Amino acid sequence: MILQADNLTVTRGGIPVLEGVGFALPPGRALVLRGPNGIGKTTLLRTVAGLQPPLKGTLTGAGERVAYAAHADGQKATLSVEENLRFWASVFGQAEIAPALAAYQLDGLRTRAAGQLSAGQKRRLGLARLMVTARPVWVLDEPTVSLDREAVAMFAEAVRAHLAGGGSALIATHIELGLDGDALDVTPFRARPAAADDFDEVFL
Amino acid sequence: MIALLKRDLALAIRAGGGFGLGLAFFLIVVTLVPFGVGPQSELLARIAPGILWLGALLACLLSLDRILALDWEDGSLDLLATAPLPMEGIVSIKALAHWLTTGLPLVLAAPVFGVLLNLAGPGFFWLTLSLAIGTPALSVIGTFGAALTVGLKRGGLLMSLLVLPLYVPTLIFGAEVARRGAEGMAVETPLMMLAGITLAVIALLPFASAAVLRVNLR
Repeated sequence: MILQADNLTVTRGGIPVLEGVGFALPPGRALVLRGPNGIGKTTLLRTVAGLQPPLKGTLTGAGERVAYAAHADGQKATLSVEENLRFWASVFGQAEIAPALAAYQLDGLRTRAAGQLSAGQKRRLGLARLMVTARPVWVLDEPTVSLDREAVAMFAEAVRAHLAGGGSALIATHIELGLDGDALDVTPFRARPAAADDFDEVFL
Repeated sequence: MIALLKRDLALAIRAGGGFGLGLAFFLIVVTLVPFGVGPQSELLARIAPGILWLGALLACLLSLDRILALDWEDGSLDLLATAPLPMEGIVSIKALAHWLTTGLPLVLAAPVFGVLLNLAGPGFFWLTLSLAIGTPALSVIGTFGAALTVGLKRGGLLMSLLVLPLYVPTLIFGAEVARRGAEGMAVETPLMMLAGITLAVIALLPFASAAVLRVNLR
């Protein structure tokens, strides 16, 4: 199933930031979003993840198929690496966490509390979470922040394996991952300053 | 859902989880009141049901902002919202976990603390029963307050003000059950009202909490 966005207008704090965004993401492909800070990449990704509704336009193939990874990793500092992953696995109805631990070389850290991890290790744990969701569309917001070169390679490898398995990935990033996919610069979709219209903020 | 409940309970019990915070606060209130009121055991016995209920309510209020704020700060609330769990289920489980870690210990400790306030003999049973019936409502209403203020910096103050009026009916009928029980009067009417309030908020408020949480996560 293709993830498709047509003429999408997304808002941040009730103000449109991107409008007329359209893309199609078939299985096995990656789409890299580019654009300057504050253009609305995160807002677009949150909309695709279903955390907020689009103001206009249609989005198909998202919803329950999307696994979302935000800036924050959502891992509990007092739980161990393994407990954190097991929790997310059972939330998504999965049982197997070994491949995720192996892919990000977290095996040696499985009993370590997440609060004791370095920033890069935490990030790896956050990315490993995607592998236990068993969802086909990965929506990733700046996934390589605080990762070193080796960890970036691990991440690129995990994404490649995911794509080879028929999954797809929508990634907002500034670095080159060497993935088989397209890039979409969202700068041309910047929303024009809102003219006075009949949109009533009281009913947001 | 079970996994979420287990995680929340594990987090509460581990270091810094806040388990026992409400209980300690309850203990402080109950031990300090006799010093403030003075050594009149008859007066103490008369106000004991009200003080115990008030102490339990304030102890509950103290830990409300932990229900959702911690999950919001570390991003797991966003991730839970995109997980295959209904939002109504998430807030219900959160309320249940809060009750198990705050309300239930208060219910179990209340008879012990009743001794400190010279609570009359028959009052012990009714106090415990009224707390057991009433505290779930405090957790569910509190989760609604937490959902309303999630994402606000220092939202605890606003949440307390929002939640306080909603706590009034539970406090009135709960304390009334304990008072009437302690004085040997009929307790059916306030007990029914208390149970009715609890059942109504458990049935209805999770939908409201889930709706405001969805709006707040945008």
